[in-house]
Amino acid sequence: MTILIALALLAAFSASVYMLSRRRAVALAEGRSASLHSLPGYHGTWVALWAGVPAALIIILFAIFGARIEDSALRAQVPAAVAELPAERQEVFWSDASAIARGQTPSEISYQGPIGEALAAKTAEARRLSVIGLVSVLALSGVLALCGVLLAYPRLSKDFRARNRVEGWTGVLLIACSTLAVLTTVGILGSLIWESMRFFQSVSPADFLFGTSWDPQIAMRSDQVAAKGAFGAVPLFVGTFLIMLIAMTVAAPVGLFSAIYLSEYAGPGTRATIKPLLEILAGVPTVVYGFFAALTVGPSFRAFFNWVGAMLVEGPMDPLGQYLMTVQNQMALTAGVVMGIMLIPFVSSLSDDIINAVPQTLRDGSYAMGATKSETVKRVILPAALPGVAGALMLAVSRAIGETMIVTMAAGLQAKLTANPLDTVTTVTVQIVTLLTGDQEFDSPKTLAAFGLGLTLFTVTLALNIVALGFVRKYREQYD
Amino acid sequence: MVTSMTLQPPLIRTAAPHSHNPAAVEPSKIVIRDVNVFYGAKQALDSVSIDIPGRSVTAFIGPSGCGKSTFLRCINRMNDTIPGCRVEGAIEIDGADVNDKTVDPVVLRAKVGMVFQKPNPFPKSIFENVAYGPRIHGIASSKSELEGIVEASLKKAGLWAEVSDRLNAPGTSLSGGQQQRLVIARAIAVNPEIILMDEPCSALDPIATARIEELIDDLRQQFCIVIVTHSMAQAARVSQRTAFFHMGRLIEAGPTEEIFTNPRESRTQDYITGRIG
Amino acid sequence: MTDAAATRLKKRHAAETRFRMYGRVAIIVALSFLVLLLGRIGMQGYSTFTTHTLSLPVYLDPARIDRTYLEGSNYDSLVAQALLKQLGETDDESYTVSGQVMDLISRDLGFQILNRIKADPALIGRTITVTGPVKADADLYYKGQLKRSTDQADRKLNDRQLAWLDRLKKSGAVTGGFNVGFFTHGDSTEPEQAGILGAIVGSAMMLLVTALIAVPMGVLAAVWLEEFAPKNRWTDVIEVNINNLAAVPSIVYGLLGLAVFINWFGAPRGAPLTGGMVLALMALPTVIIATRSALKAVPPSIREAALGVGASRTQTVFHHVLPQAMPGVMTGTILSLAHALGETAPLLMIGMIAFNPGLPESFTGSASVLPVQVFIWENASERAFHERTAAAIVVLLVFMIAMNAAAVILRRRFERRW
Repeated sequence: MTILIALALLAAFSASVYMLSRRRAVALAEGRSASLHSLPGYHGTWVALWAGVPAALIIILFAIFGARIEDSALRAQVPAAVAELPAERQEVFWSDASAIARGQTPSEISYQGPIGEALAAKTAEARRLSVIGLVSVLALSGVLALCGVLLAYPRLSKDFRARNRVEGWTGVLLIACSTLAVLTTVGILGSLIWESMRFFQSVSPADFLFGTSWDPQIAMRSDQVAAKGAFGAVPLFVGTFLIMLIAMTVAAPVGLFSAIYLSEYAGPGTRATIKPLLEILAGVPTVVYGFFAALTVGPSFRAFFNWVGAMLVEGPMDPLGQYLMTVQNQMALTAGVVMGIMLIPFVSSLSDDIINAVPQTLRDGSYAMGATKSETVKRVILPAALPGVAGALMLAVSRAIGETMIVTMAAGLQAKLTANPLDTVTTVTVQIVTLLTGDQEFDSPKTLAAFGLGLTLFTVTLALNIVALGFVRKYREQYD
Repeated sequence: MVTSMTLQPPLIRTAAPHSHNPAAVEPSKIVIRDVNVFYGAKQALDSVSIDIPGRSVTAFIGPSGCGKSTFLRCINRMNDTIPGCRVEGAIEIDGADVNDKTVDPVVLRAKVGMVFQKPNPFPKSIFENVAYGPRIHGIASSKSELEGIVEASLKKAGLWAEVSDRLNAPGTSLSGGQQQRLVIARAIAVNPEIILMDEPCSALDPIATARIEELIDDLRQQFCIVIVTHSMAQAARVSQRTAFFHMGRLIEAGPTEEIFTNPRESRTQDYITGRIG
Repeated sequence: MTDAAATRLKKRHAAETRFRMYGRVAIIVALSFLVLLLGRIGMQGYSTFTTHTLSLPVYLDPARIDRTYLEGSNYDSLVAQALLKQLGETDDESYTVSGQVMDLISRDLGFQILNRIKADPALIGRTITVTGPVKADADLYYKGQLKRSTDQADRKLNDRQLAWLDRLKKSGAVTGGFNVGFFTHGDSTEPEQAGILGAIVGSAMMLLVTALIAVPMGVLAAVWLEEFAPKNRWTDVIEVNINNLAAVPSIVYGLLGLAVFINWFGAPRGAPLTGGMVLALMALPTVIIATRSALKAVPPSIREAALGVGASRTQTVFHHVLPQAMPGVMTGTILSLAHALGETAPLLMIGMIAFNPGLPESFTGSASVLPVQVFIWENASERAFHERTAAAIVVLLVFMIAMNAAAVILRRRFERRW
């Protein structure tokens, strides 16, 4: 709150500095505005930027990092009573101290005796620290704002190149915004690698990547015998792969043939109606597909297989019948088929773009030879578009691997090493969600395992994307 | 199928001896009466009528946008592939209307080959480019026969000597002029009777152009060739007959020499002397 | 034509027809999936938009209300007694009848009494009429989804309760109508009181944060990349990087949010601010890509004209190029925000899965958003929640379609051919 007020005050200060400097520039012009190098507004803006930006940066940095700095200052001295506590309890103590100081609700633990005194002392210290921090930052930003004005204002003159200076600031801002995209990647890579390293301290990468047993539930409590848990991710990879395969079996032919039909056969009217309809399918949130899979597709598939099973039981295929009778809602097939539906518009719109990029001259060449449309598509267009189409399919595979909600809602949690589409399987993304949505300590191997999985997922999808985008780009350059 | 029977090319053709005298004009191969073409509401061609003789080169000339390419594309019904394009009137090849319902455009186009403005070899090998037509039409019954057709076609197109050692190289690796001759070889490979050429040299340098023109002159022994060109010099060099188009109308058609030396219409005169263009 | 050639031609045309048919079938399959998906959700959800409410005169018995501690009295039993009276039944000693009656009416009625007494204690001793929803199971019975033909043991309500419901409906105490509560309440553990407003407000707040971060930053980044950036290795890296970021699975952004925003910067868990920041990072690449293609579509002649009259490069871009590209930028932005609106997975990662009754209070407090609400309700065991899930999806889709339609209209309206 204080910070928002401080920022508002700063903005008001900058605005008045703008007015002042602008007036000064007008005065410098002596009535002939053309005699100034830059318009008066640029003079105003330049001084206002020096007044406002450095101070605002300090305040914003404090808002982001202030709490952390105060926290580490608070923990610099550990009271004896706290030092005796086990590590997790110490964490709770510190967070309670900060919470009480900030007027938030602490945990339900009651502190008595020496530890109660320590808490009171630390709470008071936390309050003191936060006041000191706030006051010093506000003072610093005030000084910066004044210095900015005092240094910048005297430099205004008729020949001062204010516009170029302001444009310099704009350039910096633009570059900063572009860097954010790079920072995002750095952030993703950094956090995934950092947390995975911590995970790999307790579970070796080889066990993780090649182990065939996944059972992180055992590791929930550290005092249990089998505290290590089983973190062999192969069943997850197999499950992910199985569902992806089913999804692509649905999406690749339907999407590809839709694209071919739309680009080669459909008239402009048909195209104009069907494309937006397919776009609706693409715009439906994945959680909706998940709902559809869990409550409509799953039960109907189960009913169907159970019915087939009932027909086969006591016949020559009795064992198969018996098996089909036991099929459950949550099977790889459900999640795979629904994911395939989700990917249809993705495959079809990408392939449509790619097929349309095949030059008309090639089509003309083929038709002029007396080829039919399907011969032209099969023998000229598809071979020419092959790298692009392959790229599109790889992007779809990458989407299928990274898709979360459908599998979370429809695939199941049991990590089985199976290739049976009627069986329950689990995927990398499902496990990430499961591991992180419970109430656990963040540092347990269980939650860290999610980052190991995340790193694997990121690496695989990134590799697919880079190769696929490379294919598509090369393909486009060929016909540009 | 009775009407389309007459449209069928003989499966194997032997080069028949014929006159080399350009003035001795053969009977009309293509007869066109009152053709109108519309793109949507816009009329691109206005009642064009012309007779085109066999085994000779007929050139269509005229300023850009005069409808000569549109007209060319009517003959093998390539306009079917353009949405919103409508063709009216009679276009007869050997007495059979190409727009007749019973005519299969696929069969028609095997009989009427086409070469485009920009060389458009398929992104396949040289061999596969030429073999494409024989393959889809089932002309060759064995691999060796197919190889024979490819070799013969490349020879006729004057490309064999340059590519015989690299038939598996991609067609797109050839130079522009070679690509255009490859495309001509591709068209010849299915034994057409008519070859339509839509400004075949406009994307080529003068030397490549000269080679194509020589080739056209050779091919006229065997095929009925219709060529669209915006170069009057080229029309004068390669064609026996010339038709002048302007603003969607056929202004004048006749023996090339006559058109260039003694046109009947003042607009033809103006165009040839460079006053309109 | 020879026979062989004729046969071959026939085969070729058959292949052509087959091929065309495959294409048609593919389109039909895709569209029927769409119809099936939307139809099924519409069918499941539409019944939520109507509900049945009970109007009941309740005698506020002074003997059963503790004036010194109003919150401590059992108003549900007052309501139950009133309903028993209306039905002409008497309670037995073990309160089974009143228990069964309570299964039919929402706890909301009791809360209403409490609130009215708090506002005006003089009501005690008088008879007031309260109106509130019937319990979800009773509502399902009225809507015909809970059938009398089902075996008594397999349904939530017994025959006696169903007979009561019939009588209430007949007497006019229960009336059907538009389900206002669904749009004016927050989430609740009781399906009949659970509403979507909390999630709508939460989504709106989160989307606002996303838009405020992603749009200016994305547009400015695109302007730099397209108009100012030199062509060198560094800009190539940024370029490739942005294209790849657009294809990173959304759940990875959730992991980023959890590790960096929550554990590192100490951002609040499950808050619209944190969710908005995560989604902003996710939307950023698509905003950049859309803006760049809009900027590319502005012809160079505009730039040359501005530079020709002596404008600086910055002035050229901000006075001429960007305004010309604005419709394209807006279209791309709205589409990527619509996508963010439907995103769920990263929000689960940053703890936006808690039960949040009522409306979100601040940007840093815990809140629910529409897609997560769908996920939470889908996981609930009561059947009435499934109905509400579908209705929440309908609301979500209406918002998304509205945003997409806005983008399409914008594109049509301002589309310019150079």
